[in-house]
Amino acid sequence: MEHGSFSDHSKSTFSLTDEDHTMANAVRFSLNQDPRVTFSGYSIPHPSDNKVNIRIQTTGDPAADVLKDACQDLMRMCQHVRSTFDKAVADFKMSQPVKSMNID
Amino acid sequence: MSESTSETESESSVEAKGGGGPGWLEKLSDTDTIQYSGAYATSGVDNSVRLDNFCDDFKVEVIRLTEEEMEFDMIGIDPALANAFRRILISEVSTMAIERVLIANNTSVVQDEVLAHRLGLIPIQVDPRLFEFAGNNTPNEKNTIVFKLHVRCKQNGQRIAVKSNELKWSPNGSEFLLSSEDSKSAGSSSKPRTYTSFTCSQDSLSEFSNNAISVMENILIAKLGPGQEIELEAHAVKGIGKTHAKWSPVATAWYRMLPEVVLLEEVEDEAAEELKAKCPVGVFDIEDIGKGKKRATVARPRACTLCRECIRGGKQWEDRVSLRRLKNHFIFTIESTGSLPPEVLFTEAVKILEDKCERVIADLS
Repeated sequence: MEHGSFSDHSKSTFSLTDEDHTMANAVRFSLNQDPRVTFSGYSIPHPSDNKVNIRIQTTGDPAADVLKDACQDLMRMCQHVRSTFDKAVADFKMSQPVKSMNID
Repeated sequence: MSESTSETESESSVEAKGGGGPGWLEKLSDTDTIQYSGAYATSGVDNSVRLDNFCDDFKVEVIRLTEEEMEFDMIGIDPALANAFRRILISEVSTMAIERVLIANNTSVVQDEVLAHRLGLIPIQVDPRLFEFAGNNTPNEKNTIVFKLHVRCKQNGQRIAVKSNELKWSPNGSEFLLSSEDSKSAGSSSKPRTYTSFTCSQDSLSEFSNNAISVMENILIAKLGPGQEIELEAHAVKGIGKTHAKWSPVATAWYRMLPEVVLLEEVEDEAAEELKAKCPVGVFDIEDIGKGKKRATVARPRACTLCRECIRGGKQWEDRVSLRRLKNHFIFTIESTGSLPPEVLFTEAVKILEDKCERVIADLS
C-alpha cells in the first residue's frame, strides 16, 4: 500500500504487510544501488505488527516505479545466486570421488 | 543515512586501515556497508553496484557437503542479501512437524502436554514440497501425516525407554473415531468418520509407494515404568519456523565474514616464535629467510576466530597485527534437520525471496 501525495509522486512511503527485516533490508539495499534514489530506509512501526514501512524519495521519477525496479533487480540477483549456487554444488559433487555404492 | 541499521548486531568493531579499496571506504564496523549509491560521487568514485557487476563478481565455492551439513563461501554479495537468506532458512522454509496429538491413554509420568511438545520437536524425514498447507481445511492425505504410537511396559518387567522409532506411519490416516460417531448405531452403512478424511491411502501415491515416511531415529520420548502405557496418534502438518521453531528446517544456518589477518611490520625471530605460540588456532606460521633468520607469515587466516589473543600484550602487538574481515566474503554454514538436504534448503530459501519480490511487484501494478 502506498502513502504519498497526489501532486508529487517522487516521495512515498510503502507499507508492506507480512514482511519483516528479511525483505525490507534486502529491498533497501537494492534501492540504494539506484542512482535515482535520494533517500531510502525502512522501519518497523511496532514489533508485534507484521508490517514494515519503506520510505523512498527520488530525484523525480515516481517512487512506485523505482521500488518496482528495485524488486526486479533483487529478483534477478536471486536468480543469479541460485544458478551460480546450483552450478557450484554440481561441480563439487562431480569433483568428489565416487563413493562405493551399496548394492543389495 | 538510513534508519535501518537497528538489526545489525555490532560486535567489537575492528578498525581497518587501508586494505582493498581506498582507506576511507574501509572505516566501517562489521556488516555495515556504504548505503547510498552516490555517497562518493563528489570524490569521483562510483560505488553503485550495478546488476552486471554483481553477476560478474559473484562466486560460490562449496567447501564441505554431506547429507545434512554444508559449508560454502559466497563471495561478492552484500550482507543485506546474505542475511535475508539466513533469516529465510531459519524461519520461512517449510517442513512437516507434529502439530496435533490425540492421546488415547497415557499413564506414564510424562504429562500429556509435555509429551505432545516433545513429539512436536521430532524431525520428520519427508520432503515437505509433496504436501500442502492445511490452513483450516479438513485433514486429508495431501496435508497431514499420521503416526501412531502404542507402547506398554510389562507389569513385572524392567523400565523401558520409548524412542522415536516407535512412531509408526499410518498411511490410511487416523484410526480414532470422532466422538460423535461412537453414539451412532454400529450398523450404519457409511464408513465411520475419523479425525482425518483421507480419500485414499498415502502409500498408494507414487511418491510414497516404496518410500515409507519415517522420523529421525533414537530420540527419547518418554520412559515407562512397569504397567505404564502410552497410546496416541500424532498428526503432522506443514508449517514454517516463524510460527514455531519445530518447523524450522535447519538446526542452525549462519555465516561469518572471512577473516583477514595482516602483519603491518616484519615480525622476526623471537617475536615470530611468540606470535606463533600466541594464536590458539594456528593462524601464523614461520618461514626461514636465510642467514638463520625467521619470519612470521599468515598461513591460515580462515582459521582465525578473531579472538584478539595475538594483539594482547601491549601496544607493540596492536601495531604489528591487524585483524580485519572481508566484507563481501561470507562463509555460510547450513545444518539441516533431515527433511531436505542443505543445498536444496538454500535454493528453496532463494526462491522464497524471489516470491516475495514478485508479490511486491504484483501489489504495485
